[in-house]
Amino acid sequence: MSVIIILIAASLIIAIGFLIAFIWSVKNGQYDDDYTPSVRILFDDAPNVEKSEKSIKTEHTNQTKTKQTNL
Amino acid sequence: MPKVISELDSKTECFHCGESCADTQIISRDKIFCCDGCKMVYEIINQNGLCEYYDITKTPGLTQKTKIRAGKFAFLDDQTVQQKLIHFSDGSFQQITFYLPQMHCSSCIWILEHLVKLNLGISKSQVNFLKKEVTVLYNSEQISLRKVAELLTNFGYEPHISLNDLKSSSIKKYDRSKILKIGVAGFCFGNIMMLSFPEYFASGDILEEDLKITFSYLNLVLALPVFFYSATEFFISGFKGLRQKFLNIDLPIALAIFITFSRSIYEIITQTGAGYLDSMSGIVFFMLLGRYFQNKTYDTLSFDRDYTSYFPLAVTKFNQDGSETQIPVSDLKVGDRVKIHSHEIIPADGILFLGKANIDYSFVTGESLPVEKSIGEILYAGGRQTAGSIELEVVKEVSQSYLTQLWNNHVFKEEKEEKNKSFIHFVSQYFTIALFSIAITSAIYWSFNDPIKVWSSVTAILIVACPCALLLSSTFTNGNMLSILQDFKFFVKNENALERISKTNVIVFDKTGTITQSTQNGISFVGQELSDEQKQLITSAASQSSHPLSKAIVSFLPFYKKRLVKEFKELKGQGSECLIHDNFIKIGSAEFISNKKSDFSNDGSKVYVSINDEILGCFIIKSQYRSELKQVIQDLKKHYSLALISGDNNSELENLKKIFDQDADLLFEQKPIDKLNYIKSLQNQGKRVIMVGDGLNDAGALQQSDVGIAITDDINNFSPGCDVIFDGKQFGLLHRILMYCKKEKNIIYGSFIISILYNIVGLYFAVQGDLSPVIAAILMPISSISIVLFTTGLSKYYSSLIKN
Repeated sequence: MSVIIILIAASLIIAIGFLIAFIWSVKNGQYDDDYTPSVRILFDDAPNVEKSEKSIKTEHTNQTKTKQTNL
Repeated sequence: MPKVISELDSKTECFHCGESCADTQIISRDKIFCCDGCKMVYEIINQNGLCEYYDITKTPGLTQKTKIRAGKFAFLDDQTVQQKLIHFSDGSFQQITFYLPQMHCSSCIWILEHLVKLNLGISKSQVNFLKKEVTVLYNSEQISLRKVAELLTNFGYEPHISLNDLKSSSIKKYDRSKILKIGVAGFCFGNIMMLSFPEYFASGDILEEDLKITFSYLNLVLALPVFFYSATEFFISGFKGLRQKFLNIDLPIALAIFITFSRSIYEIITQTGAGYLDSMSGIVFFMLLGRYFQNKTYDTLSFDRDYTSYFPLAVTKFNQDGSETQIPVSDLKVGDRVKIHSHEIIPADGILFLGKANIDYSFVTGESLPVEKSIGEILYAGGRQTAGSIELEVVKEVSQSYLTQLWNNHVFKEEKEEKNKSFIHFVSQYFTIALFSIAITSAIYWSFNDPIKVWSSVTAILIVACPCALLLSSTFTNGNMLSILQDFKFFVKNENALERISKTNVIVFDKTGTITQSTQNGISFVGQELSDEQKQLITSAASQSSHPLSKAIVSFLPFYKKRLVKEFKELKGQGSECLIHDNFIKIGSAEFISNKKSDFSNDGSKVYVSINDEILGCFIIKSQYRSELKQVIQDLKKHYSLALISGDNNSELENLKKIFDQDADLLFEQKPIDKLNYIKSLQNQGKRVIMVGDGLNDAGALQQSDVGIAITDDINNFSPGCDVIFDGKQFGLLHRILMYCKKEKNIIYGSFIISILYNIVGLYFAVQGDLSPVIAAILMPISSISIVLFTTGLSKYYSSLIKN
């Protein structure tokens, strides 16, 4: 019987852990905006900055006459 | 949303904003731009390595053709204004939320969240796309609030800061307690259910006694947060209703929850039973879920706007010595001299003193074409100056102006909900009375036959007959219908408004902007026959201007390839001129083209055209009725009596008589307050009125009516306070949608009958005094689920009425 008590206690502790996680996520504002994060996660920052710099550089090599001053 | 652009003209569209541009010479790094503004924005973005902006969405930018005045945000330097707008300040770090109506695509999110790279003073920016808001955290030592606003403006995202922002200085907080309450109730419900399972299946002896006790006490602990936290709103609202001597639906629910809880405590402590805690927490969970579903709000829409949301925050005032200062609009006094710049809204009634006024009253009346005013005339607040800056002397304070005094009317201080109680509350009164009489009857019966059973039967009756099924049927029906109507761009404010629609019998229409189309105008050309080349020249010249009339001409002559335009000059309020291949083209008012006095008539606006000083003729542009109008009115006539009430003159009376009935009320030259009073007089005759309008001048009538429907051609645009926001493009569906709303009652009645059947089954056990927890625990979820399925199915079925 005591085994069941221990199991129940363990399961309740885990469940309460999830409840606390839920309360935390609500208070943290994770349910306030349910659209923007879904778009934001698709932006990957670091590689693209390089990429856009690269694309600018290649453009510049094509434009031989203009002097590159900005980068 | 990116526009679908055909392959053919894709070469001549601006890389930044996507507007089609002729063979312009504005080129930077192989990219073509329509104007220098777009090119400049592109170069800044490029310099900062933010070109991904253009990868995410094609031509994401906003046109830079309309220039924003340099000193526009000067008022943000004012300390008191700053204090009211900034909602968080920590030494030098300040946080502000701007509303950016131009936000429209993923690229917008991307660039707005990378403001950090554009200015070192900004340390964080976060977008809420649905609300079109950006929250910026910046270091005020490095960048001022004004500079932040100007930075955003430079990229085409001009923050909308209105008088309304000053009123609510605190941040609008999200109401998170509803989700928390549902979460907690759901958690407790699940666990109590699990711990009650042994009780359901074992018939008592198999289960060890102390295990049983442990489980029941655990249940009790788990039920505490449900009773004391999640269910609080039922107690509060029930108590409030009782104080107002009104039996609302929350009262019997609160009573049932309270009795279930106390009886369960009694049974657990005396060890006479397991209690009904599982049913109680389940009921609370399902009811909260239903309410949440029903009250789901639309983030992007606002139904309670008044004039303060439109009016600017500050205005340029002339001091005694002639110098200019920015003062808050609310401080304006009679006699003050103010300067209204191009594209600013006139905040108070005033006499035009200097400059050429060309006022766009589209916010107010829905009329899209600007009105010309000359010096000495009164300009009413709410109009937008479109041509150059003007000076005026204030003759009335902001809140006393012609338009704004409408809001001093007492109808704006009452809540419509108070006026008529909803069906469900009405039914619940009888329900409660019936419930108590059954309980008393069975108590009397058992007190004669078996006095021990009195207590258990009475409590069981109150537990099982809790009107939760009634509440569920209305909340889920309304929730379903609101979301279905949303698909048809018919946004209803709340369930109460939905219910009121089904009771109406009169529809009153506004004219301008409501039954006429403000976006598409009827254009005709009067004068000599135009050759193809002339048409090409005109459309090339007109496409250079952002004036609504020029745009209308371009859309009238769309099929000609644009040619290179030189020396383009736009004279605000008059017209524009330019050179194309040695042809000198002038487009504008009669005065501008031929120095004749302009002849303003009610036929619409006239735009004259001359090529090489030869006057070719004029375009006549007037607003047109919506193409679906006739059909909609025909259909609506069958079920409603119709009326029309317009601020315009009666030049259209004969046309409208053909569409409406001969004997229908068609009223013209009505002031905003007249419209309100007309609705009131109809209501005094016992009629229930739907007002369909769009402008701010309809705001009083929309508020007074039982249901105010605001028609707007762009739902993200501004609309006055109302109960329903309806997309003008769907106007043809109006009749079907209203018929669908009337079905709401049928669905609620149907599910109501189902819930009564379940109640009878439950009561059958309850009056006998042997309602076991198992039966309660089976009945409760089955009735809830079947009602949810019934209402969802039926409202989906009826929605096919709209489609076909």
